[in-house]
Amino acid sequence: MSDKSGDRGMSRRNLLRAGAVGAAGVAVGGAARALQQGASPEQLQGAAQLVSSHGHVASNDAVGDIQPGGFDPTAFLTDFDYGRVSTLADGRTLREYDMVAIDEDIEVAPGVWFPAWTYNGQVPGPTIRCTEGDRLRVNFRNAGSHPHTIHFHGTHPAEADGVFEIVEPGGSYTYEFDAEPFGLHLYHCHAIPLKRHIHKGLYGTFIVDPPGGREPARELVMVMNGFDTNFDGSNEIYAVNTVGFHYQRHPIKLALNELVRVYLVNLTEFDLINSLHMHGNMFRLYRTGTDLERSELTDTVTLCQGERAVLEFSYRFPGRFMFHAHQSEFAELGWMAMFDVSGEEAPVV
Amino acid sequence: MSDGAAGTDTAVAADDAGAGDGGAARPGPPAWLLGVGPLVLLAGLLFALFRFGPLGLFDEAFPPVEELTIERIWFPGPGVMKVAVVNGGPEAVTIAQLAVDDAVWSHELDGERTIGRLERRVITVPYPWVEGEPHQVVLITNTGVTFDAGVDVATTAPPVGGRYLGAFALLGMYVGVLPVLLGLLWLPFLRRIERRWVDFFMALTVGLLVFLGVDALLEAFEVAGEVPGAFQGTGLLLMGALGTPLAVNALGRARRNPDGTAAPFQLALLVALAIGLHNLGEGLAIGGAYASGAIALGAFLVVGFLVHNTTEGLAIVAPLARESISIAPLVALGLLAGVPTILGAWIGGFSSSPIAVTLFLAIGAGAVAQVVIELARFFGRRAESGLTAPLNAAGLLLGLAVMYLTGLLVTG
Ligand SMILES: [Cu+2]
Repeated sequence: MSDKSGDRGMSRRNLLRAGAVGAAGVAVGGAARALQQGASPEQLQGAAQLVSSHGHVASNDAVGDIQPGGFDPTAFLTDFDYGRVSTLADGRTLREYDMVAIDEDIEVAPGVWFPAWTYNGQVPGPTIRCTEGDRLRVNFRNAGSHPHTIHFHGTHPAEADGVFEIVEPGGSYTYEFDAEPFGLHLYHCHAIPLKRHIHKGLYGTFIVDPPGGREPARELVMVMNGFDTNFDGSNEIYAVNTVGFHYQRHPIKLALNELVRVYLVNLTEFDLINSLHMHGNMFRLYRTGTDLERSELTDTVTLCQGERAVLEFSYRFPGRFMFHAHQSEFAELGWMAMFDVSGEEAPVV
Repeated sequence: MSDGAAGTDTAVAADDAGAGDGGAARPGPPAWLLGVGPLVLLAGLLFALFRFGPLGLFDEAFPPVEELTIERIWFPGPGVMKVAVVNGGPEAVTIAQLAVDDAVWSHELDGERTIGRLERRVITVPYPWVEGEPHQVVLITNTGVTFDAGVDVATTAPPVGGRYLGAFALLGMYVGVLPVLLGLLWLPFLRRIERRWVDFFMALTVGLLVFLGVDALLEAFEVAGEVPGAFQGTGLLLMGALGTPLAVNALGRARRNPDGTAAPFQLALLVALAIGLHNLGEGLAIGGAYASGAIALGAFLVVGFLVHNTTEGLAIVAPLARESISIAPLVALGLLAGVPTILGAWIGGFSSSPIAVTLFLAIGAGAVAQVVIELARFFGRRAESGLTAPLNAAGLLLGLAVMYLTGLLVTG
């Protein structure tokens, strides 16, 4: 790493540097000032030509696009894993899931690869979905290089908590518990050091639907995360669903007046909080989703690490609307996204 | 890889040795074969190492070592910034993204995104930078490694053209040329004073030069630290600092007094040349700093520089105190010492790199060292106990002090 901003001792060359402008100021007078401050018409034209000849305006965006065929953040938005379903003797529903921890390089911005630890080869892991009262059986196998677990949020017995039953590489463990209470939860590895196991990518969304379900809507999963690609303890890239700027470059298509429900989870490591701010609209906020009563009508929600919320809204005007972290720094480092609301009404479900 | 190049150099040297030894008649294989033999074995050893050696183990065990150096950031106009990068590391590096002031930003490279060893790229970033404010650039490689650099004060780089050249010519005149010429005007004074006082002023010249040389050398060491690893800043420095005295000495052999010392005009010429080379390095620094906006403000400093650099003119005329010399060659000496400031500023403004600055500062230091040696030799023949004679020693110390004090004037 180079750092030119660091202090240097006063030396003759630095003095000369300092003198350069002074000398120029006296010696060349107006000409030098003009060189420093004023932009000549040619320069301005040059900048304009840069824009036109390269078809390129200054933009806060990544260059290039992610490799096709890998993790697709757009598909992930609506990808719910309901498991293998069967019925227990007592008539309840049993859902079985297979989860494998795998070391895998993932693309966190176009061309930027991160050596991740993943559930089922993707970050975030699959979105597990069930209904309150279902029996869940999660078969976990560790094919990674480090000991891992799965810790589910929600109510369950101690042996299904995924804290003390460390699964060594090559080992496996089955978590079995009833899904309760309904709401928006999450799961993540709880092996130590915790910060690294989470930041490396071992987390996902765990949705428990209320027994009667929620109102039909277009449902989207959004996990706010970040990646410390140079391992210096702060994130280089921020995103919703892993790939920085993805939904800015590939806006999420919505229909006019359709009910949209966002399951929003904060799994950003290193930064205490993350947030979502939506343009041109307000959303009904259901904190943790464990209650069917809205707690707020707002356009911005702030969540600490591990917090989550359900957001409901519909767009009354067509067009492109941004949504992004209201921490400007996170937004400019990748957590910037777009809804594209078409003029068409949503088809009746 | 550099191994091949090193091998070739050695081969040439070995051939020369073989040729020189060719006349000796001795039984056994010819001398050239004996010279080349170890090289053949070396090639075989290298082949075995890469083919069968343990290097593969290390390749697999560790991530690639990436090293990029951001050489320069400059602002050609509003809304555009340019970043020059050099790969001085052992492996090719791929730049995936770029962030300015903690914002990932669109940009273009003048070539492939993958930068090979010792290759260079210029990145154009359409970024709305702010006049007078600091900006920070971070390059993110495909493995997530980052390289960062910044400018403290952003300012429009002078456009290349007549106005730019003119501005730097004037700047160089004020900082480099005019003060030196002014210093030459001490010649009539030196002609009127006694010989021991002339010696005193020559010793003072030695003091001035020692100060300049040490300062340039320290500066070269500092800049050498910014040179991308593969370009070996310390190596450049050694070549410049040791090579220059040898070269200057070889040139100076042409015209000497019978006793082996340099003729007075010869000495003056050497002093002027050394100061010129020294000023070239400083011109580079000025131009580069100006172009990249790394400059502070303060018009009063010109006065300091005028006084400071006038002493360089005194150094040139000191050996000529007892010589008859017409105006033209005298002015030529002054220009030899001063004009390189302008040349350096031009070059530095167009493309300053730590590599060039290190090399030229080292050359300047080496040239100064050579002159100090010449002057010391001159004193050894001329005065009873040379530079250590009380008056001469006082002169030398005064020379150092003058540089130090006028330096204070510059710092304000
Ligand atoms: Cu883990």
